[in-house]
Amino acid sequence: MASSKRFQDRAGRAINRDSFIDEWPETGLILFHSPHDPTPQIRVENGRIVELDGAPEAGFDLLDRFIARYAIDCAVAEEAMAMDSAAIARMLTDIHVPRREVVRVCAGLTPAKIMDVASRLNVVEMMMALQKMRARRTPSNQAHVTNRKENPALLAADAAEAVQRGFAELETTVGVSRYAPFNALAILIGSQTGRGTALTQCAVEESLGLRLAFLGLTTYAETLSVYGTEQAFRDGDDSPWSKAFLASAYASRGIKVRFTSGTGSEALMGHAEGHSMIYLETRCLMAVKGAGSQGVQNGSISCIALPESLPGGVRGVLAENLIAAMLDLEVASGNDAMASHSEIRKTAKLMLQFLPGADFIFSGYSSMPREDNLFGGGNFDAGDLDDYNILQRDMQVDGGLRPVREPEILAVRRRAACAVQAVFREFGLPPVSDGEVEAAVIARSSADLPDRDVVADLEAAGEFLNRGRNGLDVIRALARNGFEDIAAKILAIQKLRVAGDHLQTSAMVLPGPRVLSAINDPNDYQGPGTGYRLSPERWREIASVPQAADPRTIGAAAAAAPLLEEAGEARAGLDPREIVIAVGPAFGGTLDATLLGLPHRDVLEALIAGIEEEGLKARVVRICATSDCGFIGHAGAQLSGSGISIGIQSKGTTVIHRRDLEPLDNLELFPQAPNLTLESYRVIGRNAAKYARREPVLPVPVQIDNMARLKYIVKTTILHLRETEQVTPGKPPQEVQIIAADERE
Amino acid sequence: MKEDRYPLAEKQPHRLKTPSGLAFDQITLEAVLAGSITMADLRVTPEALELQAEIARAAGRTQLAENLGRAAELARVPEDLILRIYNALRPGRATRAELERLAAQLEKDYQAPRCARLIREAAEAI
Repeated sequence: MASSKRFQDRAGRAINRDSFIDEWPETGLILFHSPHDPTPQIRVENGRIVELDGAPEAGFDLLDRFIARYAIDCAVAEEAMAMDSAAIARMLTDIHVPRREVVRVCAGLTPAKIMDVASRLNVVEMMMALQKMRARRTPSNQAHVTNRKENPALLAADAAEAVQRGFAELETTVGVSRYAPFNALAILIGSQTGRGTALTQCAVEESLGLRLAFLGLTTYAETLSVYGTEQAFRDGDDSPWSKAFLASAYASRGIKVRFTSGTGSEALMGHAEGHSMIYLETRCLMAVKGAGSQGVQNGSISCIALPESLPGGVRGVLAENLIAAMLDLEVASGNDAMASHSEIRKTAKLMLQFLPGADFIFSGYSSMPREDNLFGGGNFDAGDLDDYNILQRDMQVDGGLRPVREPEILAVRRRAACAVQAVFREFGLPPVSDGEVEAAVIARSSADLPDRDVVADLEAAGEFLNRGRNGLDVIRALARNGFEDIAAKILAIQKLRVAGDHLQTSAMVLPGPRVLSAINDPNDYQGPGTGYRLSPERWREIASVPQAADPRTIGAAAAAAPLLEEAGEARAGLDPREIVIAVGPAFGGTLDATLLGLPHRDVLEALIAGIEEEGLKARVVRICATSDCGFIGHAGAQLSGSGISIGIQSKGTTVIHRRDLEPLDNLELFPQAPNLTLESYRVIGRNAAKYARREPVLPVPVQIDNMARLKYIVKTTILHLRETEQVTPGKPPQEVQIIAADERE
Repeated sequence: MKEDRYPLAEKQPHRLKTPSGLAFDQITLEAVLAGSITMADLRVTPEALELQAEIARAAGRTQLAENLGRAAELARVPEDLILRIYNALRPGRATRAELERLAAQLEKDYQAPRCARLIREAAEAI
């Protein structure tokens, strides 16, 4: 069989490097409704759940037991379970049903029922539901800050930049776990350097994570993983009870906690027990709720490519975010791990969380290039930040970030790197050199940083932890070295821990620090005009990207001296060897070059040269009453002795016209001025002459440039506006003389 | 229902104290530099956690309120004991009897009945 070249092309596309498989329910490779999933059911006796999704209490596994005991509101369970799943699904999208009522009903549902409800929604309905159901009204975003060399100056600089860009939480981790205290320290300092403020965390083994938090080196914890089957939970070396205790332990020290779950983890671990991914994820989320966590990061997280390999996988991942919100949990909605080779697919997937908004749209946007991402993530990374800012501006959506200018970024990066240098010096840690600071300020990635003495660093990091260096030591070291501003902000962040306001659901910190959470910023979405709306200030901030030029300055520079001089009203020519070149009202006057920047003088000379090469004569007239290319050409043709004219606008768009044609008809039209070179104009002149001689004419070949319109439409619009400004209605065409170049001196 | 107690740091700072009894607004950079504040001061108190638990409960978040209530109990428990209990609750680490001893210790030495109950329920489930 002959193979199609188009199929070959597509086979080489990024999308075809992704993996795709059919469903295999027995192993858990299915999003919704595995044949092995239970049927929704509950029985409550004396305020105690004695049957859950078809299982009697005696047959409960560890998760059933935990969910039945802690996660379901027995007071509403029977009422809620009696409702039709489709009716509950409609409540989710019905703007007349407030979030609070949906939360009340969902609190009484079993895992199988919640999956069934979610499965009734299409992807747009899920987005509508997430917009209404996320706990905090204002959306926000979280960044990953790591690097392969674990360089503290670079970590601090990247943290400072991330906060400057608007990230409300920063998550670091380690390549070598003994680096943890230094990495936590570096992003703590960086996070408090710029205009804003952020909570920080260091993802490490639970006990070490707890120690860092106790020492005040981190302010939240996120990686408390839960799983949807008992065996997967055991493989994770935890039980729902140990996680619940851990959550309380963090809270007892004023540390914000968020759990982690996500579709696909159980199948990946070989313990899905034939259940669908969303059923198991719902069990996870109910364990999270039962443990008393305020929220969760989910959206498949590091397993994302597994649900994405299956039919409906991306929709399923949105469903898990939504289910978390239905359970009244904060949701940090994933988008962190590599989800596709295809930029189209990645962006399409992102839109499902970006458009409705989540408490944290990413649970780790890679604020540095992905090769420095020690989470192995970086689905969107530093290189995509301009794209992201433009998406916010396009959709008029708050994705949590703000456009920035280079000088402010360089300034905060330098300040943060210098602060880390000073703290290392003060603590007697292996020095951070001036060279490291300089490199960290402008680095693209850690490849631009000198290598550190890893052995010395690790030894010092161990010593740092053993001596119990804490947040206050850091504050003192900063203040003693001229960084009182950062010291004061770190103290303010530590003070959060005394009040505990950031322990409430969906808490984020604003400069101040001021805590914004589902308590003082509850999502009150109930249709147009309600819920989160961009304030005029925030919209201005999102709209003002540094790339945006002031349109008033485009093409504004007037010609130094005019090229053409008007010499009275143009008369009709009688010479059959004459071609009229009809120029637009601004040509060679207030405008002096085409879209591509070709000087009008050169263009005119090329046209004339072409005409003369064919032995004909050119006469130049200016059309004053219109700026339209067709009408300019048409008006010129009426005056032309041969009946043939070349009409040209100032921006360079050209037409070959003939007296008897309708204004918008033509012999040849060259609508894409950017593709016209001086040579093209010369050939246009020659062709016009050939038409006048009634010879057969080969139309001027024109390149196809699909990007021309995209690249030049703004300039086209503005040059055309400027030409149109010069139109004088009713003014007849004018004879013009070309002012010789040397006369302009 | 409108929550007018929250954030505590803004609306009710007078109700906030450090574990050593310092008022919230006495936590200043000057005091830190003068050495009159220690890391132990920068901790949430059981009282503040109970307030936060009340706020969570009023917002309908029963489980979060329970968690914050347990946290209020653990605020007085030393860190090494917390880590020991956490590790004991992990799979296969401790027998029911060992968990019961930890629960009893929490109850007796730290007046932590809610944490004790969680540990006993964990022991029952394993």
